[in-house]
Amino acid sequence: MRHIISILIENESGALSRVSGLFSARGYNIESLTVAPTEDPSLSRMTIVSIGSDDIIEQITKQLNKLIDVVKVVDLSEAAHIERELMLVKVRATGKDREEMKRVADIFRGRIIDVTESSYVIELTGNTAKMSAFLDAIDASLILETVRTGVCGIGRGDRILKV
Amino acid sequence: MQLTGAEIVIRCLQEEKVDYVFGYPGGSVLFIYDELFKQDQVKHVLTRHEQAAVHAADAYSRSSNKIGVCMVTSGPGVTNAVTGIATAYMDSIPMVVLSGQVPTAYIGQDAFQEADTVGITRPCVKHNFLVKDVKDLAVTIKKAFYLARTGRPGPVLVDIPKDVSIQKCDYHYPKTISMRSYNPIVKGHTGQIKKAVQLLLEAKRPMIYTGGGVILSDAADKLTKLARMLGFPITQTLMGLGGYPATDRQFLGMLGMHGTYEANMAMQECDVLLAVGARFDDRVIGNPDHFGKVARKIIHVDIDPSSISKRVRVDVPIVGNVPDVLDEIIKQLEASEGKPEAKHLASWWKQIEEWRGRNSLKYKMGSELIMPQYVVEKLYEVTGGDAFVTSDVGQHQMWAAQYYKFDKPRRWINSGGLGTMGFGLPAAMGVRFANPKATVACITGEGSIQMNIQELSTCKQFHLPIKILCLNNGYLGMVRQWQQMFHGNRYSESYVDALPDFVKLAEAYGHIGIRATTPADVEPALREAFVKHKNELVFLDFLTDKTANVFPMVAAGKGLSEMILAEEL
Repeated sequence: MRHIISILIENESGALSRVSGLFSARGYNIESLTVAPTEDPSLSRMTIVSIGSDDIIEQITKQLNKLIDVVKVVDLSEAAHIERELMLVKVRATGKDREEMKRVADIFRGRIIDVTESSYVIELTGNTAKMSAFLDAIDASLILETVRTGVCGIGRGDRILKV
Repeated sequence: MQLTGAEIVIRCLQEEKVDYVFGYPGGSVLFIYDELFKQDQVKHVLTRHEQAAVHAADAYSRSSNKIGVCMVTSGPGVTNAVTGIATAYMDSIPMVVLSGQVPTAYIGQDAFQEADTVGITRPCVKHNFLVKDVKDLAVTIKKAFYLARTGRPGPVLVDIPKDVSIQKCDYHYPKTISMRSYNPIVKGHTGQIKKAVQLLLEAKRPMIYTGGGVILSDAADKLTKLARMLGFPITQTLMGLGGYPATDRQFLGMLGMHGTYEANMAMQECDVLLAVGARFDDRVIGNPDHFGKVARKIIHVDIDPSSISKRVRVDVPIVGNVPDVLDEIIKQLEASEGKPEAKHLASWWKQIEEWRGRNSLKYKMGSELIMPQYVVEKLYEVTGGDAFVTSDVGQHQMWAAQYYKFDKPRRWINSGGLGTMGFGLPAAMGVRFANPKATVACITGEGSIQMNIQELSTCKQFHLPIKILCLNNGYLGMVRQWQQMFHGNRYSESYVDALPDFVKLAEAYGHIGIRATTPADVEPALREAFVKHKNELVFLDFLTDKTANVFPMVAAGKGLSEMILAEEL
């Protein structure tokens, strides 16, 4: 099953390598990983999407908790949460495709943030499924480049991950 | 008061009451060694290889409750130390490693003797630090000692660039330290312990299984008290030996791949298992699916939550420091009305005695060839069972564990998790520094001893009267045994050709060498070494039966009760 694991970690050099090293050393899978400092600059927030059985996810959270720099770990997917990803897609936009591309972007509530005579850069946020749906909806041969941030997530309501 | 980084390092070691640092100097640690030279509170033990320095510091920890400290230079100093650090990590040994690093301005430039020490050691330390500012040095060293000894212990490395050892700053060594990201649990959950006590009292076929956690947390006394209160059979892992007196009737011997018949059968057939400071690893329970075929309730006490339900599903997990949890179990047992049902316990013991009757450790010996098991048995006799015994890795290690009956904790020093050949001799050095009057024996083989033989020179320099018992069968015995049993007798590269004359070699290093070739030689040789040459290092070269194998044996991937016994071959 797919899990979204959120981590608060001391913002020290090498913190990322401790986490990624743990995943590779123990053979755990990483679908995506995002990391950036929080409002408290001494802490970073990391979001990891991993796929594994309940036993494996339990081990992953225990092993992450064991890392000395890790302050808190929570499996967001255990309860109500919101997940978002940002994607930038550069597409060829000429002739009749130009209008069509704009329409599809509008339907997905994407924004065109760069325009040239022959291309658009479309910015899209949403969950992973929406990103994939957008890519499926447009003509694949028109896609010049895609870049995705990977998932970040947050618990709904009173679920708060803070020191 | 302003001190240089190098002065700070030494001051911190003094604050921590470190009496020995095991190490090897080099370019990046020259300033620290210079400060070491100017004082005499912290003594330095110069080994002949960095790996040996780390093993010695590790065994210093294992054989006492103090923290071993070692110091190496950057680059090759560190890479040589890695095997030692990984050895300590796998067995959760508290240790502090100080390493030199190239100056901060050179880091990342492929400087002479530069290595990414923090990166290389990251997977085999509890934690590591690169100190980039001398102002962080004292607090980092404090953290290193704190992390090494608390929670699940382990090695911690502090990497110190050369310029940091020269820079000056105000010195202050914190008395205590707290880290928001690190709060090890000490007390076990009372409710869980209550459940555990209930299960123990209701058990019909109970079993206690303990590991290195009991030794590391100095919980042997409490474990012994609990086991005697309950009257349950008890077995131990390779790392747990000495946690309960091996000469006691309740002790069933070591379990696992080379465990006794009775220990493995009782482990497999029990209905309630109390696991303490052990981690159900592959050498202990064999195939976990086979182990899971028998329905049993498992209580697992461990300080590391990630050790619980890792390989085997557990019914009552108790996270906490072993002695604290055992205390609480004892307290609740004493307060409870119930007692284990005597009738069930009696019939369980009857079954166990039947298994014990198979005498799975017996071996045959004629008058010509020395059986290696016999050497260990004689060592036990000659030393009155009171020696510190270190070992290397292989057949001799298993025989030492099977035939030397350890009644006390911290007496059996071996590399269990990583299985590091070359551990035994430097470990014996570390033991002797921690226990200056102790009898120290290193049981080894002709393969393992050559992996750190250069330490005979260190032993000479520091007058360490270690007794080395080399069970010399001319083979990498455990490899040969597997090749015989599972690879059609094809002894691929397991013959150790062109062996040195170990007696002459010992003499060349200024020690005494004795060779024993027949069973009749064994005891006199041991007496000569341990009595006549009590104060000297003696290398005993026992030419043993080349075909001897370690039994019982649970083949890799097999179930615990599917043992191969000596009598079956």
